[in-house]
Amino acid sequence: MTVRGWTLAVGLAALLAGVVGLQRARERLDPLPMPDGGGSVLYVRSPEVMKRAVLSYDAVAADLYWIRAIQHYGATKLSTDPGKAYDQLYPLLDISTSLDPDFTVAYRFGAIFLSEPFPNGPGRADQAIALLQKGLTARPETWAFAQDIGFVHYWWRHDYAQAAAWFLRASAIPGAPAWMKPLAAVTLAQGGNRASSRQLWQQVNDSADVDWLRTQARLRLRQLDALDQIDALRTIAAAYERRTGLRLRSWDDLVRSGYLRGVPRDPAGYLYRLDAARGRITLAPDSSLNPLPTEPVSLSSMGPTL
Amino acid sequence: MRTIARVAVSVFRESVRNKVLYSLVCFAVLLISTAYLIGQLTAGQDIKIIKDLGLAAISIFGLLIAVFLGITLVWKEIEQRSIYSMLAKPLSRSEFVLGKYAGLALTLVVNVGLMGLAYYAMLAYMATTFPPEARAAWPAPAVDPALMKALGLILVELLLVTAVALFFSTFSSPFLSAVLTLAIWVIGTFDADLRNFESVVASPSAAALARGLYYLIPNFGAFDVKLQVVHGLPVSWDYVVTTAAYGAVYVVLLLTGAVAIFSRRDFK
Repeated sequence: MTVRGWTLAVGLAALLAGVVGLQRARERLDPLPMPDGGGSVLYVRSPEVMKRAVLSYDAVAADLYWIRAIQHYGATKLSTDPGKAYDQLYPLLDISTSLDPDFTVAYRFGAIFLSEPFPNGPGRADQAIALLQKGLTARPETWAFAQDIGFVHYWWRHDYAQAAAWFLRASAIPGAPAWMKPLAAVTLAQGGNRASSRQLWQQVNDSADVDWLRTQARLRLRQLDALDQIDALRTIAAAYERRTGLRLRSWDDLVRSGYLRGVPRDPAGYLYRLDAARGRITLAPDSSLNPLPTEPVSLSSMGPTL
Repeated sequence: MRTIARVAVSVFRESVRNKVLYSLVCFAVLLISTAYLIGQLTAGQDIKIIKDLGLAAISIFGLLIAVFLGITLVWKEIEQRSIYSMLAKPLSRSEFVLGKYAGLALTLVVNVGLMGLAYYAMLAYMATTFPPEARAAWPAPAVDPALMKALGLILVELLLVTAVALFFSTFSSPFLSAVLTLAIWVIGTFDADLRNFESVVASPSAAALARGLYYLIPNFGAFDVKLQVVHGLPVSWDYVVTTAAYGAVYVVLLLTGAVAIFSRRDFK
């Protein structure tokens, strides 16, 4: 290489080093102030306008809106700001599914995101149902949408009549699993019960082709296991108090008297917490299974008003 | 015919030497490759997004090539005054126009072919990163032969865009040709709106005008089957063949018009 070539190479390397150095220096500066909402703005909220604006690139635009929806949900969920809001979630999902009406995952995941209660989600079961109904209108042959609507009614709204009606509607769509119709009958007759809840989540787990959804289903199944274990521990505690006539003060009492082999742990491996004064058994505050869901309840336990 | 082929090969060689063309192709291939990274941002929709992004990238970069090379094909020869020496040879004006078009068409076929190969290679690689049970849940396989239908119609669309650009370039400046070509392409993607215009306006004359435009302007929306093939929805061969034939006839129409205009043009 000539002297001129070497000079050029060294000059370019020096400039590149300068760029990298300045970038590192820039990173150490205080971040610029951002407007409320982190500067994330949804300029176009009309799916119809967006559908025309993207010309023939609707599929890739739907993907971009889907990615934005995931980023918005994830960032808001992780935010520690008490005033955080998932205000863009539904519009983003609405635009994504309008651009690509066959985007099954956007309907189904979107409904899960929307249903999650605050602070893990916006707690908008109504929007989740609206999104799934939009999916069912676009793809009436997809029984999973009807099942998901029933599921939202069952798990989040505890509206068992509606849940049963949607499970029944799902069962009538060709390709629906055989257990859907009995589930509709049980839900209509008995309301919620843990076996049905487990069956629904197990089905989500078995049919999920995406890790995130499977992880969610496994979390719910472990929460249901934890609820089973808490019930069993309550029974054991009651038996101990009946037999000894003493009030249970700690797990050691049960271990020493042979009711338990050791201090009980929840399915995530955290020690259960015993509130001796109130006689309550709960998850440890730092358990990853928190918060336990408000369980669907049986109609018979809901009192004479039903 | 042999003369047209000679002009076409010359255009193709020039395109291959054209650094802008190379950079566009490299960028398209690079974009398809980086689709892998974008797939990581999504909740398990990697294959769908890579398919969407790949088809969109091939279409967009092909469109840029078709428009920005198509508008300069004839203009450059006139601007550099090489048209005089070319037409002094045993070469008719129609052979000159058709040869130019065929050369750019060959360039597009090669480019779309290369981008298509890279696209399939990317999808084949991505498919190996998923377990069999995840692959079984996809509505269509990753390396789906049906994607060829979308790629084929994209190619026909690009050949039609090239014909539009060449047509305008025979009588207007490159800037105006680019604006007119892109305008025609944009309007042509609104085919469904033009067709159903009477449902949103009360005026029968406006509806008739829209209906007239619908038949007159190339219906570019018809070539878009990206959404359907990605979701594994049926796109019949009847549809593909009829749409391709529609594009081919439109190309012949535009080239006939381009030859007619260019033949009457006075270069003095």
